[in-house]
Amino acid sequence: MEAKKLNLTLKIWRQKNSNSAGSFIDYKVQVSPDASFLEMLDELNNSLELKGEEAVHFESDCREGICGTCGLVINGRPHGPLAKIATCQLHMRNFKDGDTLWVEPFRAKAFSVIKDLMVDRSGFDKILQAGGYISVNTGGVPDANAIPIPKEISSLAMDAAACIGCGACVAACKNASAMLFVSAKVSQYALLPQGQPERYQRVEKMVKVMDELGFGSCTNTYACEAECPKGISVTNIARLNRDFIMAKIKNKEVEV
Amino acid sequence: MTKLDSKIPAGHISEKWTNHKFNMKLVNPANKRKYTIIVVGTGLAGASAAASLGELGYNVLNFTFHDSARRAHSISAQGGINASKNYQNDGDSTYRLFYDTVKGGDFRAREANVHRLAEVSSNIIDQCVAQGVPFAREYGGLLDNRSFGGAQVSRTFYARGQTGQQLLLGAISALNRQVDKGTVKLYLRREMLDVVIIDGAAKGIIVRNLLTGEIEKYSAHAVVLATGGYSNVFFLSTNAMNCNATAIWRAHKRGAYFANPCFTQIHPTCLPLHGESQSKLTLMSESLRNDGRVWVSTKKGDMRNPGDIPEDERDYYLERKYPSFGNLAPRDISSRAAKEVCDEGRGVKGGDAVYLDFKDAINRLGQHVIEERYGNLFEIYETITGENPYKSPMMIYPAPHYTMGGLWVDYNLMSNVPGLFVLGEANFSDHGANRLGASALMQGLADGYFVIPYTMGNYLAGDKPTLVKTDHPEFEKVAKEVKDLTNKLLSIKGKRTVDDLHKQLGRIMWDNVGMGRTEEGLKKTIEQVRQVKEEFWKNVTIPGSGDDVNQTLERAGRLVDYFELGELMALDALDRNESCGGHFRTEYQFEDGEAKRDDEKYSYVSAWEFAGENKWNLHKETLEFEYVKPAIRSYK
Ligand SMILES: Cc1cc2nc3c(=O)[nH]c(=O)nc-3n(C[C@H](O)[C@H](O)[C@H](O)COP(=O)(O)OP(=O)(O)OC[C@H]3O[C@@H](n4cnc5c(N)ncnc54)[C@H](O)[C@@H]3O)c2cc1C
Repeated sequence: MEAKKLNLTLKIWRQKNSNSAGSFIDYKVQVSPDASFLEMLDELNNSLELKGEEAVHFESDCREGICGTCGLVINGRPHGPLAKIATCQLHMRNFKDGDTLWVEPFRAKAFSVIKDLMVDRSGFDKILQAGGYISVNTGGVPDANAIPIPKEISSLAMDAAACIGCGACVAACKNASAMLFVSAKVSQYALLPQGQPERYQRVEKMVKVMDELGFGSCTNTYACEAECPKGISVTNIARLNRDFIMAKIKNKEVEV
Repeated sequence: MTKLDSKIPAGHISEKWTNHKFNMKLVNPANKRKYTIIVVGTGLAGASAAASLGELGYNVLNFTFHDSARRAHSISAQGGINASKNYQNDGDSTYRLFYDTVKGGDFRAREANVHRLAEVSSNIIDQCVAQGVPFAREYGGLLDNRSFGGAQVSRTFYARGQTGQQLLLGAISALNRQVDKGTVKLYLRREMLDVVIIDGAAKGIIVRNLLTGEIEKYSAHAVVLATGGYSNVFFLSTNAMNCNATAIWRAHKRGAYFANPCFTQIHPTCLPLHGESQSKLTLMSESLRNDGRVWVSTKKGDMRNPGDIPEDERDYYLERKYPSFGNLAPRDISSRAAKEVCDEGRGVKGGDAVYLDFKDAINRLGQHVIEERYGNLFEIYETITGENPYKSPMMIYPAPHYTMGGLWVDYNLMSNVPGLFVLGEANFSDHGANRLGASALMQGLADGYFVIPYTMGNYLAGDKPTLVKTDHPEFEKVAKEVKDLTNKLLSIKGKRTVDDLHKQLGRIMWDNVGMGRTEEGLKKTIEQVRQVKEEFWKNVTIPGSGDDVNQTLERAGRLVDYFELGELMALDALDRNESCGGHFRTEYQFEDGEAKRDDEKYSYVSAWEFAGENKWNLHKETLEFEYVKPAIRSYK
């Protein structure tokens, strides 16, 4: 038995490609409250395609909130009105009949719009490629239980590692800073014994590339944490900052 | 015609891999950079392969249609990864993991491959920990384990409910390191649409640049496909929206044999359907069955709320039918049991769902323990259904989840096409007719970290370092065929959408090639699938152009392949007049409803050769069981 449908007005950002200007277009939809937000867009697209019109382009994949592919700004908030979920987990029962919803891409200087609601987030990978790893080759590593790690430490590392790389933190920040994303990776490794040997080079290399790519600076508004679908904590940013200062001191010592 | 040679090394099962590693040829370190290897896919299998081959010094080109390597579907695996570490001192061993996997696969897997998988399983855990994967730990700081279906030991390693994410990010970190070093070049937003075979060997691929629509050609000494499974043939499955069969299917059409296409896994614990607009089904990890109890009412069409159904009117049917494995009975068996009680009309309020109840576990252990173990899964449940599973039991129903079938490969993970290797879910190799939980992650990483780095060297050592140029006529020819297909799709301009047609195909497949299959239903399926395919080619509409981002076009291309694959799945199921693992032919069952295998006639791998539209030739690889003797697979 399907519940009574909601009538909604969608104001969706449409943009042909990165070189053209975009604008909001209105669409009227009827949707079941049990459907997800993205399923509503699927239905809209189906009806557009039937009219021979191009589908509203948006990205999504796992639809379980873990792959980090989806990401829309809904009524001004990255991933919509609910805390700690990705766009794909947002269900229509959270809206009221007659609502008007504004749907936009994640906007930031470092994330250019590709088409409609799709953006280019490849900057994130460039930062990770600059040092977001532990340098071990396949094979020749010690037994997994050779180094005990306190449960609290591994649990904190896991909290940081839970980042899905969606970019909501950047979209939420007035400076378009990537500090929450970068600090999550830096923290995961900084907390674990395996990450110690490269700890200070790592943070310097990653921050350098982050700055080069045009991500803004962090001014501690904490908007990022509030919009993060995984609730990644801003304490990671503090840890990054400490490590970054330590890195400057240590790398000086080496130079001398 | 190619002869099927599985290339299983001689010797005792426990020495085959060791001896084989020693006997294989090597490529001199200084020569490795002269060899180019294409790896398609950045999931666990692809990323671990690309990173490990890069570390060895090969020149690796790694492709994915995603916007980032980290988005591969492996990221969504929840429950865990098996390894026979025996950290729990509960009697695990390489041999037991080998035994459980062969038995779990209902004696339709190749023993030698499975043993190797069990052998390297421990190294995988070591590797991941060294990369900084934050597995769950005990208070003493050592690694924790949980149990999964089909095993009586605790050998599953996990990272909360996000094991796939953490393992994949580990593999991607190794990959990123090689990208940084320049040994691996990543090609994002590129969809492989064909493979180029020159003088009988795989020498490159044709891809579509999903941003510009350009058709690009890449040449290499060998091609590795690690492109995942094909559950989305059913439209609704637990797989990510973009998982598809195109890479392996196009390779199949160029000569690679497709093995056991009808071996698909229906996972017992997924969220039930909510309505027509549903785009996918959500998995609730099998790990929940460690503490959750599965039940339905003893009465048909019982409309009471679960809390109002007294204990003595509940049927804990898994515990009743399979007392020694109980709620942890393997997936095929649990799924079928759920279908059975729902078909009897005893599902939740007469519908297609059963309860998964945590009340007893919460009473016994306290809510905080359940929260710590499964907190994020409970949250997922609540966001999707709007109901709180700490208060009332979850509702679950089986859904297509994993495909054991895939391209046929030999012991070296090479298909019958020389130079074309297939890893991870895309191959057919290790799980027989049913995969045990937490074994796909293990297989993907085993293939990528610990098998392909050796077997690839052995292959390349026999190849010359000169690279075929992409202006070779064969490259031109295949690229043109790919362009023609795109243009043909765009020119139809009909009246039905890609999703609409895909849903129609999915329903046919689910009804007849799902949990229960009959000769009649399968024959009908072949007809029906051909009809939808015909309708597609006459009447699909794909707005937009081919020279731009066009998601509708991407989905249409994938659907084209599902029609053909769907037909082959039905054909394969029709050929196999027995029930085994995930393949349940209603005609072949014991009186108590258990699957009736026929080892005399069907102890083989079906390897299908494409022979033109709607035509296939069947090749059989006979399976020898020297160590684990086939027996009725009992979990009672
Ligand atoms: C919801 C869910 C939960 C699961 N949980 C578990 C679990 O707990 N334990 C377990 O062992 N297993 C689990 N599995 C199964 C397991 O996750 C998969 O079998 C496994 O991750 C597959 O890995 P893979 O590397 O083979 O493929 P994938 O991870 O699917 O990667 C495929 C890659 O190929 C690329 N690709 C595909 N086609 C093309 C193309 N034509 N061109 C370019 N690139 C292409 C994709 O972009 C992607 O990078 C789960 C599966 C699901 C659906």
